[in-house]
Amino acid sequence: MRKSWWKILCTVLLLYTLVGGLLLDVPHKKILNETIRNIYFHVPLWFGMMILFTCSVIYAIKYLRKPDLTNDIYATAFATTGTVYGVLGLITGAIWAKYTWGKPWSNDIKQLGAAMALLIYAAFFVLRNSITDIDKRARVGAVYNIFAFAMLFPALWIVPRLVESLHPGGAGNPGADPRDMDARMRIIFWLGAVPGFTLLGVWITTLIIRLRLIADKNLLHV
Amino acid sequence: MNASKHIFTLLKKDLLLELRQQYTFYGVLLYIASTVFVLYLSIQQPDSNIWNGLFWMIQLFICVNAVAKSFLQESRGRMLYFYSVSGPVQFIIAKLIYNAIIMLLMSLVSLLLFNIMLGSPVIRFGQFVAIVCLGSVSLSLVFTMLAAIAAKAQQQASLMAIMGFPIIIPQLLLLMRVSKAGLGEAFKGEALSDMMWLLGGLDVLVILMAIILFPFLWKD
Repeated sequence: MRKSWWKILCTVLLLYTLVGGLLLDVPHKKILNETIRNIYFHVPLWFGMMILFTCSVIYAIKYLRKPDLTNDIYATAFATTGTVYGVLGLITGAIWAKYTWGKPWSNDIKQLGAAMALLIYAAFFVLRNSITDIDKRARVGAVYNIFAFAMLFPALWIVPRLVESLHPGGAGNPGADPRDMDARMRIIFWLGAVPGFTLLGVWITTLIIRLRLIADKNLLHV
Repeated sequence: MNASKHIFTLLKKDLLLELRQQYTFYGVLLYIASTVFVLYLSIQQPDSNIWNGLFWMIQLFICVNAVAKSFLQESRGRMLYFYSVSGPVQFIIAKLIYNAIIMLLMSLVSLLLFNIMLGSPVIRFGQFVAIVCLGSVSLSLVFTMLAAIAAKAQQQASLMAIMGFPIIIPQLLLLMRVSKAGLGEAFKGEALSDMMWLLGGLDVLVILMAIILFPFLWKD
């Protein structure tokens, strides 16, 4: 019970997000209409992805400092879940864009950034699979993980501020800043959706890690 | 002091090899010439936006070709020798400088060829050349680091493209955006210098990452 409190919290938060997000009142805006509710699902997935990739890179650094395969398993597992979150974020975003911007893909800078992040992590898995030696795979994978992260995140945070974007908060339409979010929505978003989805990501990752630790038992206790 | 001497010697060795074998240089030169010629046959004189986009895409492919060789040419035996005479940081810095020089040269040659064959939409020539120099150095730095990573895996050349293209997209987009200044587009306020600073900052970041991370790739 002491160890599983956060899993219960995660379930409660997600149930609250799901029920509250779909049923509670939201501001009625032109174009957005009821699709505004997607903010509870689309945006937290990106928050979750960023946090999971950051965790992955922390374990990659830990691996380089202390070459222990457990760290490598942690880094890979976090990257896997992060990629899944990225794909889901891209899909929810595309559905949202279809109804608000008219088409699912409009080469918006943030869409490009998301696609870039996913391509980078796909390359990370291809790179790992191309190396057969386990220790070398972990080491080269960790180096690429850190390098790609260091290149990607300035791009994700800085470039969208320099060019126009359809997303709110950018240079294109600064009127729709996320801080202007309706008070009722803010509660569900920051208290329910963001921590809920992040905890879910960590939960999934711990399951992957536990599986891998059992599968690679022979390698870990040499 | 000693470190800079090491770097200089390694750099000199690479340049000497290049001068004696003259394989990469002419190989890449021919690559540029034939690509630009094929472009000329297919689109003759494109308008400035297409010209700009094509120019940077060709730079990207030139870079992959020119830089890929730098780690492939080092055989296992020669790497063993380097382990005993120099450190990883000196080695990677020498490679970064060497590739930057080669890429700088190649970019200027391709700029010349682009101007001759595909027409010249460049209005502010000095500015454009400066951006090309900055851009080619940026590309070469990123791909040197990626070549170092790819050298540890099989199927190196294709892996370099897989790993490199997504990483280089932000820089490439910025370069295409910035280079429009040379094509006569006016930027509002500080936008242009902001983007140039960002590109320069990314270069510094890549160099730092290479210095920090390469020691882990150095030995098997």
